[in-house]
Amino acid sequence: MKHTLSILVENKPGVLTRVAGLFARRGFNIESLAVGLSEDPKFSRITIVIDGDEHPVDQVTKQLHKLINVLKIRDLDPGNAVAAELLLVRVAGEGEKRTEALQIAEIFNAKIVDVDRRQLTLRVVGTNDKLEALLELLQPLGVLEVVRTGTIALGRGRGG
Amino acid sequence: MTPDKRMKGSRALVAALEHEGCDVLFGYPGGVAIPFYDALYDAKKLRHILVRHEQGAAHAADGYARATGRVGVCTATSGPGATNLVTGIATAYLDSSPLVAITWQVRSDLIGTDAFQEADITGITLPIVKHSYLLKDTADLAQTVHEAFHIASTGRPGPVVIDIPVDVALGEAAYHDADSLDLPGYKPTFRGHVKQVRAAAKAINEAHRPVLYLGGGAITSDAAPEILKLAELRRLPVATTLMALGAFPETHELSMGMLGMHGTVTANYAVHECDLLINLGARFDDRVTGKLKAFAPHAKVIHVDVDPAEIGKNVAPIIPIVGDVKHVTAGLVKELQGMEWSPDLTAEWLARIAERKEEFPLHYEDPKDGKLAPQLVIQEIDRITGHDAIVCTDVGQHQMWATQHYTYTFPRQFVSSGGLGTMGFGLPASIGAKIGNPDKTVIDISGDGGFQMTMQELATAVSYDVPVVVCILNNGYLGMVRQWQDLFWDKRYSFTCVEVQPDFKLLAEAFGAVGLTVTEKDEIEPALREAIGNGRPTVIDFRTSAEENVYPMVPAGQEITEMIGGTSRKTRRKP
Repeated sequence: MKHTLSILVENKPGVLTRVAGLFARRGFNIESLAVGLSEDPKFSRITIVIDGDEHPVDQVTKQLHKLINVLKIRDLDPGNAVAAELLLVRVAGEGEKRTEALQIAEIFNAKIVDVDRRQLTLRVVGTNDKLEALLELLQPLGVLEVVRTGTIALGRGRGG
Repeated sequence: MTPDKRMKGSRALVAALEHEGCDVLFGYPGGVAIPFYDALYDAKKLRHILVRHEQGAAHAADGYARATGRVGVCTATSGPGATNLVTGIATAYLDSSPLVAITWQVRSDLIGTDAFQEADITGITLPIVKHSYLLKDTADLAQTVHEAFHIASTGRPGPVVIDIPVDVALGEAAYHDADSLDLPGYKPTFRGHVKQVRAAAKAINEAHRPVLYLGGGAITSDAAPEILKLAELRRLPVATTLMALGAFPETHELSMGMLGMHGTVTANYAVHECDLLINLGARFDDRVTGKLKAFAPHAKVIHVDVDPAEIGKNVAPIIPIVGDVKHVTAGLVKELQGMEWSPDLTAEWLARIAERKEEFPLHYEDPKDGKLAPQLVIQEIDRITGHDAIVCTDVGQHQMWATQHYTYTFPRQFVSSGGLGTMGFGLPASIGAKIGNPDKTVIDISGDGGFQMTMQELATAVSYDVPVVVCILNNGYLGMVRQWQDLFWDKRYSFTCVEVQPDFKLLAEAFGAVGLTVTEKDEIEPALREAIGNGRPTVIDFRTSAEENVYPMVPAGQEITEMIGGTSRKTRRKP
C-alpha cells in the first residue's frame, strides 16, 4: 500500500538533502516527492509517497523524526486527506487522433496549454490514479513526453 | 564575558567553547584554520592538543567523551584535514558518542568553485552525523556552538559537525553567551510512559526466567546505580553488550559477562532460554543476536531506548518504552518495590545459571608454540590494575580477549569502537581518556595491525606527557581476519600475515616513549608494573601465540547457541 507522508521541516539550506539522503542511506525508495513553502515561511512542507509494503512506514517516520530540522510527520489517511498532482503531457495529435485527444482531455478536465499541427500538450491536475488513467488512455495516441510534480497532500480538517 | 562585546569570529568561537565548559580540544591547524589557531594562542581556559593526524584528533576527542561523559571536541582544517576526521566521526556516530567536530572551510565566496583544499564536508558527513551546520554568519557562532553541544550530548548522543568558512572566523560581530535553544524539531523523550513502565515492572515481577540485556544506553544515561538496584531487587541475571561493559560490575554474582558472537556460554544460553528479555539501551545488533529469528525464542521482550527508531527496528517488543535507561530503570525499581514477590519464582533459573557459570567458564589452552597466551596477558593486566584501569582497544582478536578476560567494574571503563569496528582507535582514544581522567591508569590494548594505523600519536602522548600504557598483543597476524580464514576459508591466510614489522620497542624509543618487549610469562608482571609506574607513555610489545583463536565464537548469522568452543573444560560436553 502506498503511504503519503506530509513532513513539516524548517526552511533551511540542506534540509531536503538530509531528508533525501536519509531515504538513500536506509534503502527506502521514494515514489514521489514535492517540496514548497508552508503557511509559515520559516517552514516548508514536503510530501513524500512511499510504498509501505516495501518498507515499514513506522521505521521511515521514526528515522525522519531523528532529523533535527524535521518538526512533524503525518502519515495521511487517504480517506481523510486531499491529494493532487500536476501533470504535463505532450501527445501526438493529427487528424482523428487530435479529436480523440481533445475528447479525452475534456473528460479529464485537462487544459490544452500548447498546440501545433502535429501535437498538443495537456495540463491536468488530479490524484495519482486519475493521472495514471489519463496516461493509459493517451498511450495509443502516442505519448511523447511526460512531466509530473509528484503528489502534494493535506489532511482534512485540522491541518497537516 | 561582557554582553554584546564585538569580536572576531575566531575569538567568539573560543569564547563559545569555553562557555560550554569545553576545556580541551584535539586538532591540527591548516591554511583556513589559522584565524582560529591565532585565537587559541591566547586562550586561557581552553587547552589545545596538537595531534599528528586528524583521525587521531577525532578518536582522542571520542575517547575523552566516552571516558568522561562530556562532549569531546576536535578541529581540522578544510579539505584533507576535514576528510581525515571522517573515520573518527563515523566511529562516534555508530557508538552514539557525543562529539563536536569543527571543520574549517574555504571563504564563503569560493565554496563550490573547487578552491584549494575545498571539500564539501557537511555533504560528505551527512550520513554519519546526528546533525551538521555550515555557518554563514559570524553572528550565529555562539548560538550554533550552544546548539551543537546540546544536540551532541542529549537524547541519543552523536557527532555534530560545524563547518566554518574562514571569512566567518575573520568577520566581526557582537558576541554574547548563548543559553537558549531554538530547536523546534528536537525534543528527546527521557521519561518512559508510566503505563508502559508499570506493565514492564509487572512482567519482571512475574517472570520465571528473566535476563537483563544491557546496551550502551545504560552507560550513556549514567544508569549503573539504578541498574544495580533493579538487578538486586529481583535477582536478575545480567548480560551486557560490548558497549555496556562496566554498566554492571562483573564481580557481581548476577553478572554473566558479555553476550553475542564472542560472548560467554552462560550469557548466550540464558538469553536463548529466558522467558523475559529486558533490553535496556541496546539495539539488537547482529553481533549480539546472530540469527535474528532464533534469538531469544521463548522470551517476551521489553525494550527501553531513548531513540524511538531503535524500537521495533530489529525485534518487535511486547513492551516498548521510549525513554532513557536511567529514568526508566528508576521507575521500574519504584514500581517493583510496591509489588509482592518471592525469590522461589526464579530460584531454579538462577541455580541453572550458576551451574553453567561453574561448568563453562572462559578458558584457553597454553599455546603450543611456546609464546605468550594473549588471554593470560589480559588477565595479568586485569590482576595488576585491580579491575580499576580504563581499558581502550583497537579492533580484532585482542579486543575480544579484552572484553572476555578483563573484569569491568564501573561505567566508562571500557572504551572501544563497537559499531564501526575502527582499527587504529585505541591509542588516540586512550590519550583522550587519560587527559579526561588523569588520575586513572589508562591501558590501550592493541594488536600489531591496529597499532600501526595510528601509532604516530605516540608523539602526541610524549609531547603532552600523557602516560598511557600501550599493550600490543603482537602475533604477527591480522588475527581476527586470519581466524575467519582459519575457520571458514580453508586456512588460506590471504594477506593477513604481517611479515615485516617495526621493532615496537625501538619505535617507542624513537618517539621518546618507553619501549619494552615481553616474551616470557614471568616478564609480564614486571613489565606492566614498570609501565604503569614510570609515569611515561610506554609501549609493551607482548609476543603472543601466532595462531590463537578467540573462543567461544558464534559464526556470523548462526544462532547464538551454535558456539565453536565453549565446551566444558572438565567433561568436554556442550551445554
